[in-house]
Amino acid sequence: MATARTPAGLAHGTHGGVGESAPRPDGTLKVTGEFAYASDLWHEDMLWGVTLRSPHAHARILSADVSAALATPGVYAVLTHADLPAATRYGLEIQDTPVLADGVVRYHGEPVALVAADHPETARRAAARIRIAYEELPVVHDEESATAPGAPVLHPGRDDDHAVHVAHPNIVHRQPVVRGDVAAARARADVVVSGDYEVGMQDQAFLGPESGLAVPAGDGGVDLYIATQWLHADLRQIAPVLGLPEDKVRMTLSGVGGAFGGREDLSMQAHACLLALRTGRPVKMVYNRFESFFGHVHRHPARLHYEHGASRDGQLLYVQARIVLDGGAYASSSPAVVGNAASLAVGPYVVDHVDVEALALYTNNPPCGAMRGFGAVQACFAYEAQMDRLAERLGLDPVEFRQRNAMAQGAVMPTGQVVDAPAPVAELLRRVKARPMPPGRPWETAGGAPDVRALPGGLSNTTHGEGVVRGVGYAVGIKNVGFSEGFDDYSTARVRLEAVAGQPVATVHTAMAEVGQGGVTVHAQIARTELGVTQVVLQPADTRVGSAGSTSASRQTYVTGGAVLHACRAVREEVFALGRARLGAYHPAWAHAELLLEGGKVTTEAGEVLADLADVLEDEVIEVEREWRHRPTEPFDLRTGQGDGHVQYSFAAHRAVVDVDTELGLVKVVELACAQDVGKAVNPLAVTGQIQGGTVQGLGLAVMEEIVVSADGLVRNPSFTDYLIPTVLDTPAIPVDVLELADEHAPYGLRGAGEAPTLSSTPAVVAAIRAATGLALKRVPVRPEHLTGT
Amino acid sequence: MRVNFTVNGRPQQADDVWEGESLLYVLRERLGLPGSKNACEQGECGSCTVRLDGLPVCACLVAAGQAEGREVVTVEGLAEHARRRAAGDGTTARAPAGTSLDEARRWTPAPGGPGAQALSPVQQAFVDAGAVQCGFCTPGLLVAADELIERNPEPSDADIREALSGNLCRCTGYETILDAVRLAAARAGEAG
Amino acid sequence: MEFLRPGSWEEALAAKAEHPAAVPVAGGTDVMVEINFDRRRPEYLLDLNRIGDLYEWETGEDEVRLGASVPYARIMEELRAELPGLALAAHTVGSPQIRNRGSVGGNLGAASPAGDSHPPLLAAGARVEAESVRGTRLIPAEEFYTGVKRNALAPDELIRAVRIARADGPQQFSKVGTRNAMVIAVCAFSLALHPRSRTVRTGIGSAAPTPVRARAAEDFLAAALEEGGHWESGRPVPPSAARRFAELAAGACNPIDDVRGSARYRRHAVAVMARRTLGWTWEAYRAGGREHRCA
Repeated sequence: MATARTPAGLAHGTHGGVGESAPRPDGTLKVTGEFAYASDLWHEDMLWGVTLRSPHAHARILSADVSAALATPGVYAVLTHADLPAATRYGLEIQDTPVLADGVVRYHGEPVALVAADHPETARRAAARIRIAYEELPVVHDEESATAPGAPVLHPGRDDDHAVHVAHPNIVHRQPVVRGDVAAARARADVVVSGDYEVGMQDQAFLGPESGLAVPAGDGGVDLYIATQWLHADLRQIAPVLGLPEDKVRMTLSGVGGAFGGREDLSMQAHACLLALRTGRPVKMVYNRFESFFGHVHRHPARLHYEHGASRDGQLLYVQARIVLDGGAYASSSPAVVGNAASLAVGPYVVDHVDVEALALYTNNPPCGAMRGFGAVQACFAYEAQMDRLAERLGLDPVEFRQRNAMAQGAVMPTGQVVDAPAPVAELLRRVKARPMPPGRPWETAGGAPDVRALPGGLSNTTHGEGVVRGVGYAVGIKNVGFSEGFDDYSTARVRLEAVAGQPVATVHTAMAEVGQGGVTVHAQIARTELGVTQVVLQPADTRVGSAGSTSASRQTYVTGGAVLHACRAVREEVFALGRARLGAYHPAWAHAELLLEGGKVTTEAGEVLADLADVLEDEVIEVEREWRHRPTEPFDLRTGQGDGHVQYSFAAHRAVVDVDTELGLVKVVELACAQDVGKAVNPLAVTGQIQGGTVQGLGLAVMEEIVVSADGLVRNPSFTDYLIPTVLDTPAIPVDVLELADEHAPYGLRGAGEAPTLSSTPAVVAAIRAATGLALKRVPVRPEHLTGT
Repeated sequence: MRVNFTVNGRPQQADDVWEGESLLYVLRERLGLPGSKNACEQGECGSCTVRLDGLPVCACLVAAGQAEGREVVTVEGLAEHARRRAAGDGTTARAPAGTSLDEARRWTPAPGGPGAQALSPVQQAFVDAGAVQCGFCTPGLLVAADELIERNPEPSDADIREALSGNLCRCTGYETILDAVRLAAARAGEAG
Repeated sequence: MEFLRPGSWEEALAAKAEHPAAVPVAGGTDVMVEINFDRRRPEYLLDLNRIGDLYEWETGEDEVRLGASVPYARIMEELRAELPGLALAAHTVGSPQIRNRGSVGGNLGAASPAGDSHPPLLAAGARVEAESVRGTRLIPAEEFYTGVKRNALAPDELIRAVRIARADGPQQFSKVGTRNAMVIAVCAFSLALHPRSRTVRTGIGSAAPTPVRARAAEDFLAAALEEGGHWESGRPVPPSAARRFAELAAGACNPIDDVRGSARYRRHAVAVMARRTLGWTWEAYRAGGREHRCA
């Protein structure tokens, strides 16, 4: 019997508790090639599904003729909107996204039809035979065209929660944040700096393309093996589309090749299930890289206008900002991105007078949603550029100026929220600045011939040192951790403890999506620390257990880690109760002492061993399931943006050292040092990996990464040939300085770590390029054209 | 069409191959060797790197028919390849390498993980150095890094960067990957 | 689709004669991308991997006859002395994996203006050995590129080899991309000094519909070097002459704006690369390359 392989369940604990650099439980499988990613799944008799997508950014579908496709030998099903059995729209926050285009396509690459066939080539050829007649419609592509009189309204008849408070139906959501008296502060300001900034559309570019396998089940339901960031959010969206109750849609996480926000929305999940249910055969769908660029949302491109005022002695007096995010054709998580951009728009600084508005547009550009940094990245690029310009105008060192205005614990955010945990912003800056500088002219060799690999342009041999100027830049950022604005952000963990062959074994079951971040490692570490066992088995993540929430917002170690921690502690209490009942008579400490589980034994705090854990358990299986929530948050006031909207804040600072070929406009980042407070490094090696990885994604946005969309809404570079991400020759040494200032509200004092380094990396690199070139550089990615005036 | 070639020392035959299929597709979908990864299928990411008659190549850009009669080493055979090299056995005779789907399914959890004793030095170094996050780039990087160390036992950092410049990683920022290759080279040096 | 696997050059020519629409595939680094991404469905694929002759080269007194399928990795490692410009260009192609498969023959067959080997072929002086069952002809590189992704091959012809003049002086190659490895050229420039004939030749990539020589720049520089007695003296090229050479090189471009770069940037970058490569080659000539005069 052939079944789909899944990677989890194979994951088996090795060693290491909280605070240790425990190795990944899936590490061995991943280096031997045995770890089964979603695209590796295979099932006897499986069919291949492919998607036909729109070649236009905005068009009416006049007709669809699938007869030639259906007649193709080897084709088992062709589906269009007309074939959908139940709900026809889905969405993370707003159900505005058609499962298959419904009379209109609103972006280039929107799914229009599906084909299932016995070979992917057969399916592709059949898809090519589907005849869709389109009538092109005018394209809305920026704020001006979206809100112009007579602009096509992309989603007429909106009835979502935001529809009533936006000024135009092509605005998804708008959030102001107003505090103090900006007009009065402006009148007092000695120095005012204003600027317009722009952030291009970045792609998550996870390496494992969207894939999954849907297997129809005997009960009329379906089993879906899938790479995603949040099983239960997928389930909530898929089941209505299939017309099935949620318990008939069983989802199991397969191996996930990275995510970075790009798997928060559905891609092929519902499509594969629809084809499987239609054909009665298992259906596998795997996007190639070209399709992947159309298959997931991207980071919102943004236009940002900032005005900062400061006093002569270097105190920030006010910030006024307007942030316009392009949400593209469908809402995705735009409303939450707006909330982040607005509430974090000022950065990690104390500013008493603030007037910010952020909004997201509906346009005919590719839909945008979650990507690492989520609304805070765009703002950080702009406010850090402003901080450098202010420092220059004030004649202050840019780091010192930032430190003078840096927030600390107890500071009040522009939203009115008090930062009630450590906020070591000035210290992070001090640390990156205090690092020794990397040596200059690293390309010079003893032999005299330059090593071009150390020069801008690298192997392309564009300079041997001519035109190369070094620059240094700094930046710091603030990111929220966890889901905000009143969202019920909980996670669920089921922990079992039993004795197997005389050894205590803990089993942890959550629905957390392991996407590479190392959550599985952390869960095992927590179980070892809390239960004093060495052997931890991690169950496959699936929907047989409650939701773990999303693997995003830097939240999983905090929230699902918290759920595992609390479930373990509940198990521990049951162990002690069992011990008291079974063995209490033999030792008074059972009743009176503070008990611990350590090294497979029950001990007193003083270290006296009371019993082997296995002897306490005997044949008993202790299993506990816990839902766990962090402190509640509240929505931002729609008019003032006031409210305790965030759970926790995370901070990182970078110093970038770059060599710029000023004549050709090519950049080599020489070093990108980071200091970050993580509260508690539950796994120091994994934390460092998160910081370095996030740092390089920020570097990519600074100098190369952008999805280019033409004015008619067409994506011009959907490939790894033209959407460039950093290679190992583009990345510098990334020394990391990890602070551990505990947040007393969080499990182990930890602070979500995954996103903050993505924020400050980009502005630090651009600041360094500005330092080398003297150019203003108000747009990322910085292109050679910008550096050469061409 | 039919294609015969050797994978990880074992003769393999694939039938009914569509002429436009790549070596990568045949390995993954026909031979049950999904270790080589399908990240870009355009030669830009290196996730599908295999050795073709000894040379690292992108399996996605080799037409299946071009593999006829040739020898391929994939990540599944890397440990065995390294063992033979260490034993001074330059031949590529049949070896029970690779992991079939059935074998993968038969595998049951055991302390220390599967094949914990059987990793090649570079595989072990990737685990130890924290060079694996999502792991999708890992198979291709391992094949490329192993070949580098085979060719250049004491690579400089610039050599490592150049040798791995065709392998994209989106998770790690490459620092731990460099650590891993240095570690593998250092261990090989000590062992040698 | 049919997969043709000729075992010899003669069989390959026969297959191409029988199926002129057959697409030759050697390294696969272009063709397979198009197939994987569903951009091309040739009726026949003509595999050239089995033809050993194509992987060999012969070094003659004046030229290297480079088999069409010799991979870039071997060119950059083993032909640095004979073909320094091409070896430098080979080193910038894609990634190590691509360099193990890709070849000059493939670059010529695809005839993309961005192909990395075109500029050094133009600068060194090269003739493409095109063969069919009808016979062999030698096409000068300048005449080989006929348009964007079009070349002078007849439908029944295959590229057997490229005959490239052996370097008689320093050669350089530079290419701009917005990444420090694994980039397709935004634009590229190659320069070869030919002390024996007291000429210079250039090649520009990705800055016109086809790879081109900057002939006005070449003529200007040759004249300036001659008039100034530089070939004998080895004196540095005056900055004003270098600047003029760079301007003329940029003037030879006819670039477009595309997703990889603007036309203005391409012209600008070609000028910078022309000036720099002139500096490097002339420095090499002064430092010892002048021996080539009597070689």
